[in-house]
Order: sequence, then C-alpha cells, then structure tokens
Amino acid sequence: MPQRTLRVLVGKPGLDGHDRGAKIIARAFRDAGFEVIYTGLHQTPEQIVTAAIQEDADCIALSILSGAHNTLLPAVSRLLQERSAADIVLFGGGVIPEDDIPGLKAAGICEVFTPGTSTDTIVQWVKDNVAPRP
Amino acid sequence: MSITTRKNIWTDGTVARNVAKAPERKEEFRTTSDIEMERCFTPDFELPGYEEKLGFPGEYPFTRGVQPTMYRGRFWTMRQYAGFGTAKESNERYKYLLQAGQTGLSVAFDLPTQMGYDSDAGMSRGEVGKVGVAIDSLADMEVLFDGIPLDKVSTSMTINSTAAILLAMYIAVAEKQGISSDKISGTIQNDILKEYMARGTYIYPPKPSMRIITDIFAYCKDQVPKWNTISISGYHIREAGSSAVQEVAFTLADGIAYVDAAIKAGLDVDEFAPRLTFFFNAHNNLLEEVAKFRAARRMWAKIMKERFKAKNPKSMMLRFHTQTAGCTLTAQQPDNNIMRVTIQALAAVLGGTQSLHTNSRDEALALPTEDSVRIALRTQQVLAYESGVADSIDPLAGSYLVESLTDQIEKAAFDYIDKIDNLGGAVEAISQGFQQKEIQDSAFAYQRAIETNDLVIVGVNKFTIQEPPPAGLLKVKEEVEIFQKQALAEVKAKRDNDKVKATLKKLEETAKGTDNLMPHILEAVKAYATLGEIADVFREVFGKHRETVVL
Repeated sequence: MPQRTLRVLVGKPGLDGHDRGAKIIARAFRDAGFEVIYTGLHQTPEQIVTAAIQEDADCIALSILSGAHNTLLPAVSRLLQERSAADIVLFGGGVIPEDDIPGLKAAGICEVFTPGTSTDTIVQWVKDNVAPRP
Repeated sequence: MSITTRKNIWTDGTVARNVAKAPERKEEFRTTSDIEMERCFTPDFELPGYEEKLGFPGEYPFTRGVQPTMYRGRFWTMRQYAGFGTAKESNERYKYLLQAGQTGLSVAFDLPTQMGYDSDAGMSRGEVGKVGVAIDSLADMEVLFDGIPLDKVSTSMTINSTAAILLAMYIAVAEKQGISSDKISGTIQNDILKEYMARGTYIYPPKPSMRIITDIFAYCKDQVPKWNTISISGYHIREAGSSAVQEVAFTLADGIAYVDAAIKAGLDVDEFAPRLTFFFNAHNNLLEEVAKFRAARRMWAKIMKERFKAKNPKSMMLRFHTQTAGCTLTAQQPDNNIMRVTIQALAAVLGGTQSLHTNSRDEALALPTEDSVRIALRTQQVLAYESGVADSIDPLAGSYLVESLTDQIEKAAFDYIDKIDNLGGAVEAISQGFQQKEIQDSAFAYQRAIETNDLVIVGVNKFTIQEPPPAGLLKVKEEVEIFQKQALAEVKAKRDNDKVKATLKKLEETAKGTDNLMPHILEAVKAYATLGEIADVFREVFGKHRETVVL
C-alpha cells in the first residue's frame, strides 16, 4: 500500500507578524506534495498543539522572528509531550542565533533553520526525517 | 514659456522665499574641479512635457522634490530606529544616538505594546522587550524620555493598532516636562491597512480601526498641529515580498482609503492632508528605486489634486521616510550588508527622502549591537558630508533611463490602483486577500529565483565561504519580563484605582458612541491606566480581527 501524504502544520507562535517565511515554506511544502495546514498569525503554543492534534499533523513547522523562540518553541514541545503527541516531529526556523540552537534541540525541537536556508533543503529534511504517523 | 524663463520665476519666487527663511548650507556648491553644482539642473533646450511631468522642486507635481532647496538647505533627518528591553535601556541608547549626531528619535516597541497587551499578559510570554521597548503605562514612557526635551527632538513611533494610546502617553509626558501639545513634533505610524496586508500587528477589525485613525486626525489638527498623524507605509509591503511597483501602488491605495475615510468623517481635505506622511523601502536596484520615489511623489500630487480636489500644495506633497531593506540583508558574511545598505541609502537620497534609517549589518542575525548601529549611521553621514550627491537637487533627472522607469512605474502602479478601485477600494480588496496574494506571489518568485540561481545573492548562492558562527550579537536579557511585571504591579498598587475605573468606563461609553476617542484615552493614560487595560476596552467593544489566509 502506498504511504499516505505527509501532513505538515505550519505555525506562527506568539505575536510576531512576519509571515513571509511561513507562507513561502507553506507553499514549498505544498509544491512538494505535502498536505499543508497554516495556522495564521498570533497563535499560542496551546492553539498550535491543539490544531496539530485535531488535524492529524505528522510534523509542525514553526516560523519565528521575534526573538521569543527560547520561550515559545520549548512550550510547544512540552505541550506535545503532555498531550501524548510527542511523535509529531517539531522543527522551526527564523532569526534564531546559533548560540540558542543547542538549547532548543535539547528541548525537543528537532531542527532549526536559519536565514539563507533554501526551501529545497527544508523539504528534503522533512522527507528524510518525518514519516506518516500510524 | 521657456524652461529657462520658468526656472527664473522659480528661483526668484519659490526658492528666494525659502532661502530667506532658511539659508542653504553654503553660498555656492562646487566640485573638486571647481565646477559649480547648480541648485537644480534643467534642460537647456525646450523639452515638451517638462513642466507637467517634472516641474521644479517644491512645486507641483513635486517629481523633483517637495522642498525648493532640498539637501542644499539641510540634510535629510538621520533617524535610526531603536528600542529594546526596558525603558531605561532604550533611554540610554537614545541619548547615545543623539550624542553621536543623530537628529531625530525613532522608537521601536516590543510586540506586546504593539498588540495591546501588558507585560504580564499570557500572550506576552517570551516577547517582552524583545523587538523593542516594553511600555505598559505612562510610568514607562516617563522613563523612556527622561532627560530628553520633547520640544527639541522630533520622535517617530512605530506603532499602529495602539498608536492612539502611545501618542496620548507622549502628550502626557511632554505636559509633565512643561511642554504643551502644540510644541511637540513627530510621527506615529498609525497605518493599520498595511498591518492587515503585510505586517500583522492588527487588533480590531478594519472599520473601528479606521475610526480610531480619523479620530486621531481630527484631534491632532487642533491639539497637536506639528504631529504627523500617519506614516502610510510601503516598507512592510516590500519586506513581505512585493515588487517596487506593488509597493507604490498598494501604499498609495491605502493613502486614498485614509483620505476617503477622513472626508467621510467630516474633515476638510486640506485640514489633515498636509500632516500625512509616507514610509518606503530602499532596495538594491538603485536606479529602479530612485525612479520609484520620483513616481510616488508625482502620483500622490495628482491623486490629491485631481481626485480629492485639494487646494493647499502641502496636501499634495508626498513627504517620506525611508528605511533600507531588512529583507536583503544576509546572515552569511554579514559585513557585506554594509555595502548593500550603502547602495540602498544612496537610492533614498537620490530619490529625495526626508528622513532615513540605515539598517545594521547584523540584523539578519539579531538586534543590532551599538557598533553596528554606529556604522549604519556613519554610512549616512559619509553620503551627506563626503559624496557630494546632496549638493544638487534630483541629480538623476533627465536620465533617459530614470525618466523612463519613473513613467513606467507610475503607469503600472496606477493600473493596480484602478484594479483596487474596481474591487471597492483598499479596505475591501484587503478583505478579499487581493494585495496579500499579489505580494505572496512576488515573494515566492523571488525565493525561487534565488534557489535556481537566477538571482545572485553574494555570499548566499555565489561567492560563499566557510565562516565561523557570528560572535558578539546583542542579547536581550530574559529578566526584562520579570522586571517589567514587577514595575507594572507597583504602578497598579500606587495609582488611584477608582479613577482608572472611571476613565475606562468613560472610554467604553465613548467607544460605543461616535465622539472623538482621543481626549478620553488621554484621561485614562494620565490616570495610569495601562496600555492593556485600554486596548481591552476596545477589544470588548470593537471585537478582534481575523485574517483572511490566502496561500
């Protein structure tokens, strides 16, 4: 039986209004054949996790440029665990200083993409690291 | 009448009157070879259409500039956008910038302040003091401008949904310094339409948002006459990915919507239009950018004169601030960004900007450090004092290329404005997602062009090197949030809570009716009602906006 299509939830946590990156990546995911759910702006970690669970997402891609990544990305990771959904692969991108990345990875964010990354690189990473959840 | 005759009339009239009030920087301007730089070069032959299309600086259609002497009188205002952490830290950065030769302030607020949340709100988690300074109440604003005489500086505030509240706080701080509101000058961004379209810090739906804006126009024309009540912004539209043409078109279409709304609210066009200002982006394509600024000026002059029947020439002048393009800065080899910023700043100056922010080399990585901000400011100073481009007005006029691009940008942008008119105007078009879709398509095409190497970004997809991760970036301390919450709790404990309640009640009643909101916001602010409390009143009465997501 062929594998079903990957479902990706693209989220904008916090108050950050910069959605150019989120929308470009959403479109690149769609063009790569994934099913894409985009949350829109101003989402709390709770809203993002709830949406991911309800929509049966295989992974969550968070875009953040506001500097609140050290608070908001781990909060999403924690909530996924609390709701027994830690198998949803969590990753993100944005203006995130190199120094912060080890801490984020330790908190359960599988990968962090910084400015200048091509959409092809990100799409390939998803293909290599995310499988449809059972 | 020949161009030379017209030029003499301009020199003896418009220029002479201006120079009598404000002399030029030098008696005469000369090159290194002792060639005189004329104030404004013009064709020495008859050129059909010259007068209608270009005219003279300070005169309709303002293609060549809004002031008669431009930078020969005074350079553009060098205004670096800054603010982070607590009010005290930002206050120190402002004093540093003023001392380094900056001539105006530009305040960056953190996202909770921009979105109407206090620092202790759940939505503010992790965001306090990050992208700008945190302001919860008048107490923070008093610290922010401590020791800065508000009648001596002009202050630009990047604030939109909550602009009325921050303006009220600024007026209140000035009053405490003994300065009445007719003496203060500055700008609030106050441009909600581009928030729905590109920048994202909207709170209420369009209709009540437009009412708040027209209330500000009406209040300021009497009470704060030197204040620029709006900065209609293409900057963020461009940052979101638009082309130069789309930037001009969508910005001017927003301008049309504000003028329409104010006229519908009963204001006379010439009462408020002279206080409208604009804000544009400056990208790398130097000549296209110069043409863009010139086209925008001519278009706005025509729109105000022909569409809105303005009589006062000041209503027709497109005065604008420029910021170099944050989205062109690269995280790779960040020092290359200094060159990008130089080209972009040059475009703004050749295009006749009134004020300029130059971005710092490290902005693709973090908030800029003090060293980076100094280089950015020095870039402007080198352009102003050393390059000579400020010695003659609109120096690229008459270039076949620049005039052709100016005409073509104007035409393409007017075509877009017609489309938007046909959709029912900017507000309606935004609610249908028209501009958003156009912007996203451009952004996606740009990204693809980089990835397919059709577009070379030096240091990103060509001329790359292995480099160590950047060091010495600015870090905003996480303690800001804790500090800010404590300070807020103290304010709430010390203030007269009955008075706060009464002013908020009055504000709620006004919001439900049609009276001008500004005096009541000012009363609430003076009673130390917080930004979040005031925004909550409006959220309750006006509701919250939901975006139209188009992918």
